[in-house]
Amino acid sequence: MKRIAITAQVNGEEVTGLADPRDTLLDWLRDRLDLTGSKEGCGNGNCGSCTVMIDGTPVNACLMLAVEAPGADITTIEGLSNGGQWRDLQENLAAMGGTQCGFCTPGIVISAAALLRDDPAPDEAAIRYAIAGNLCRCTGYDKIVRAIEKTAEQRRAMARVGE
Amino acid sequence: MDVFDYHRPATIAELTGMLATGDARPLAGGTDLIPQLREGRRKVAAIVDIKHIEACRVIAPLPDGGMAIGAAASATAVARDERVRRDYPGIAAAALLIGSYQVQNRASLGGNICNAAPSADAVPPLIAHGARAEIAGSAGLREIPLEEIFAGPGRTHLAPAEVLTRILLPPVAERSASHYLRFTPRREMDIAIAGVGGFIAADEAGTIIEARIALASVAPKPIRAPSAEAALIGVILDDAAIHAAGEAASADASPISDTRGSAEYRRELVAVLTRRVLAHCHDQINRT
Repeated sequence: MKRIAITAQVNGEEVTGLADPRDTLLDWLRDRLDLTGSKEGCGNGNCGSCTVMIDGTPVNACLMLAVEAPGADITTIEGLSNGGQWRDLQENLAAMGGTQCGFCTPGIVISAAALLRDDPAPDEAAIRYAIAGNLCRCTGYDKIVRAIEKTAEQRRAMARVGE
Repeated sequence: MDVFDYHRPATIAELTGMLATGDARPLAGGTDLIPQLREGRRKVAAIVDIKHIEACRVIAPLPDGGMAIGAAASATAVARDERVRRDYPGIAAAALLIGSYQVQNRASLGGNICNAAPSADAVPPLIAHGARAEIAGSAGLREIPLEEIFAGPGRTHLAPAEVLTRILLPPVAERSASHYLRFTPRREMDIAIAGVGGFIAADEAGTIIEARIALASVAPKPIRAPSAEAALIGVILDDAAIHAAGEAASADASPISDTRGSAEYRRELVAVLTRRVLAHCHDQINRT
């Protein structure tokens, strides 16, 4: 099988990695670039374990081909975690029982981060809609929702203090 | 999956040239095509990515006062477009029901149409708005009413070297509204077991002068509900008229029973959803 070279923006850097032309973006990120934070749970866009950001919006990496990557600005959970701007969200999920096995967690963090970035005061319906594409087998979702709510509250409180 | 070539044309002319082999498939969001390729449900020699052709991505007004939606524009882009939300709200509502937020950020209305599932959510409100499909082929562009593109479950009338490039919407009358509702067993991430898209326009006295109702998941392809439409023209939309339209739409449906639902249940859902869509449209019109 002839490998091809793919160059794309990944986590703020231009990277080049070889790919099988049939690789999904997820395959390329995990197997070629060793960015194993994104997971493959279903392979068909249902579970959201593979959620990454393309140009800042959450997408399922298993539904993109690696050959589509050039020109896209890709952020994986590794990139989102670097710099710590979502540390509060991650710590709340961990402290409040919003993560157990952790398999869905990177995808949940990406979806929740996108929500909180766009909507600093989401109601419960908006939170549940934002993570509707992220399946969790362990937590029953409630503690995930509470952790996201708490993160939003804390951020709003900090913003008020800063005024 | 088998190996395929990947192409990224910059213009429609390049696109149709690449499709001319007949064994190539256009790629927009990939949310249907990629799982199909990986699971072996579809095989192609080449994939032609239409996302980098401006005309296929853009959501913009047309000279006649209507709107064009590029076949590759994402469901999220459509749902957030201010003019779509104001003048074609049923289409925005449907776009927000496709898959999940992650899926909507990639999935396109063009793909939703050309994948041709009878349950495609974007299709009923598009048909209800009188959408036309702009199709590019080696001989140039042609246009057909959107509902004529469907041949059966998973099949369109597009020739192998043709591609849907834009969805063309007519301008909307002043006292008009549209909506789309579906029923799914789960709250999200599910396939409609019945879907109803409706568009109505009224005169100043409140009499319905235009009505189009389209149904998903209750026939081999998306269908109009002609008796419901006929029952609405010339009436004032009160509870009795809404109820009668619901019954008529239900009779227009020809659902099958399968593991997802019985034909009888689907017929009942069509009546309920039609009533709710019409009530919603009525409220919207009276609010303006």
